[in-house]
Amino acid sequence: MATGTKRQAQKTKQGDGGNGQAAPLRSSSGAGEPEMRIAKESGVRGTNGRALVGSKKNGEELARGLGWFSIGLGLAETLAPRGIAKIVGVRGDSSNRLLIRMLGLREIAHGVAILSQNGRSAATVWSRVAGDALDLACLGAAFASPDTGKGRVAFATANVLTVAVLDVVCAQQLGLSNPATAEGSSNRVNKSIVINSSPEELYQFWRDFENLPRFMHHLESVRVEGEGRSHWVATAPAGTTVEWDAEITEDRPNELIAWRSLEGADVYNRGSVRFERAPGGRGTIVHVEIDYNPPGGKLGAAVAKLFGEEPELQVGSDLRRFKQVIETGEVVLSEGTVYGTGATEQRPAQPAANGDGR
Amino acid sequence: MKATCWYGKRDMRVEEVPDPKILNRQDAILKVTSTAICGSDLHLYNGFMPTMEKGDILGHEFMGEVVEVGPDVRNLKVGDRVVTAFPIACGKCFFCQRQDYSLCENTNPNAWMAEKMFGHSPCGIFGYSHLTGGYAGGQAEYARVPFADVGTLKVPEGMPDEQVLFLSDIFPTGYMGAEMCDIEPGDTIAVWGCGPVGQFAIASAYLLGAERVIGIDRFPERLRMAREKAKAETINYEEQNVYETLMEMTGGRGPDKCIDAVGLEAHSHGVGYVYDRAMQAMMGESDRPIALREAIMCCRNGGTVSVIGVYGGLIDKFPMGSLMNRSLTLKTGQCHVQRYMKPLLEHIRNGDIDPSFVITHPMRLEDAAEGYKIFSNKEDECIKIVLKPGH
Repeated sequence: MATGTKRQAQKTKQGDGGNGQAAPLRSSSGAGEPEMRIAKESGVRGTNGRALVGSKKNGEELARGLGWFSIGLGLAETLAPRGIAKIVGVRGDSSNRLLIRMLGLREIAHGVAILSQNGRSAATVWSRVAGDALDLACLGAAFASPDTGKGRVAFATANVLTVAVLDVVCAQQLGLSNPATAEGSSNRVNKSIVINSSPEELYQFWRDFENLPRFMHHLESVRVEGEGRSHWVATAPAGTTVEWDAEITEDRPNELIAWRSLEGADVYNRGSVRFERAPGGRGTIVHVEIDYNPPGGKLGAAVAKLFGEEPELQVGSDLRRFKQVIETGEVVLSEGTVYGTGATEQRPAQPAANGDGR
Repeated sequence: MKATCWYGKRDMRVEEVPDPKILNRQDAILKVTSTAICGSDLHLYNGFMPTMEKGDILGHEFMGEVVEVGPDVRNLKVGDRVVTAFPIACGKCFFCQRQDYSLCENTNPNAWMAEKMFGHSPCGIFGYSHLTGGYAGGQAEYARVPFADVGTLKVPEGMPDEQVLFLSDIFPTGYMGAEMCDIEPGDTIAVWGCGPVGQFAIASAYLLGAERVIGIDRFPERLRMAREKAKAETINYEEQNVYETLMEMTGGRGPDKCIDAVGLEAHSHGVGYVYDRAMQAMMGESDRPIALREAIMCCRNGGTVSVIGVYGGLIDKFPMGSLMNRSLTLKTGQCHVQRYMKPLLEHIRNGDIDPSFVITHPMRLEDAAEGYKIFSNKEDECIKIVLKPGH
């Protein structure tokens, strides 16, 4: 059920749902390759690295548009049910008005759900499709009933069908999340930082993986074993530890190091660090990309987020500490922060009884 | 050691806490001989700043004697008498190298918090909530100073604490407020707020060549200090309309440069104040920009508004149209204290200024809670409190 003009306007505004995503800026050293490798392995994307059904980003925009549309439509249905009834061609009696109001509230709920996820959640858009099915069922009943304006009902039905198609397309676009790997859903983190040092110095420091626990909060230890292999131990939520063996998959001196965990890892992960000379002689931009399967899957990641373990935040803080170590010589400590299990944990800003609280 | 700790809105307690230890190799530990309460501490006291934890030690204006140095400290030794700058700066990053010390990229362990709130994190600050790093402050018997080579100034023999303590914050802040105005000969400067920072802004404006400086406040003792000690003309905004008075004094053009030394807890009479209090209550804004709005509206075309009053969050009804259509410049920032300490010490040694003129209430560290109360309520004609530990 809808106002025809609203749906028409919506349809023309969204266009054809997008045709590819903006490529991230890459340095001339061709460091787009790790992403291409991932793309080929996953098999979800086409051979040129682009998504098959429009792009996720355009899907998000479309979803947000549908979210606002839902709210607008829902408000109209809730606040002016008699008017809606007239437009659709059904009688404006009290039971119809109640039904329209109920549908309006449902519509608002769709909109709020979609927008609260900023258009990123496929599930919320699929819920719209379910709602469209319900709307179509109501319109079908209206069509069969004797005293309705058939022309108007038909018009409304056509509009609902159009939006239903949009909803399905959008939900499918959103369904293309990060490249699904054989091991299951994964999280990807991208972070960059600029450091007052040369790519050479930073590469040297990072390449000796045993330096990493100096600034990577969650690493307990890294043992380099030769031939590009290393053994890693990290702390995980709830005071546990996880371990894995890793190998270097790519090593371009002063430019790029890429690694991935091997069979039997507690946490599947792969990552890369790229060193890009900053413009204007202002040092080096360090780009880190990490793909990992959080222990406990997506639900585990959501729970970890609740306890302040957001991976983007951790990697960002790790990179800040890397910068401190390089520029000032060590990680800068304050009385109010601790090296606990969480990057966000705070204690009162006063000296600890037994030293630095570590 | 004894320290002044925050326990909630208007709840400060001086209690026994562990002594500070060296945590980083460039730290020094000071035995604090004098420390002050800052107007910005009142924002913590009155509950305006988020990210406070019970037990946080406050205080970012302090000085004392070095009692311990970390292994990588080069310029200090035990026994040196130093003043500490309130911004904690590494001296090595992009911003420190440009002398923008309050923008240091390396000294906020909670940079992620500040980034969420401000877009990017400024430097760490002593005793000023976990948003600026959760560092223990200096209203205590001892204090740890990170990057001590960068953040301290040695005090020459024979200068009492009262003369140099304010190099830690309020004198450089007032000075930077005046410097940001780019004062030209013949300029008339209007300063909103005659608290200690405002007093130093007025004095610094004269040092920098202003022709005429006008101080605006409502407390008679502050206006009197501005007239008698800082040599300003004054406007009492409870008795006169500031805009009209400034227009009359400047022949309709407006002051050339305006300094906001008031910040987020601004007060005024009239509808604007009621509006801003209501907005705060409804969470429509976190800060009250009353003085800022007025400074913008009063400033002459093409002038500069220099903001050294502290703001933390968002404001409503900002006169952007006035700013844009009249070519105003807005300059602001937390003071880059390390940049100014040496030159301002010279001004003091030359006799150009004696900063101790702002002190009205010397007190013992143990009485800090009472001090916060009278400072906040402006009781007893209180303008500046200096706390001395162990007396």
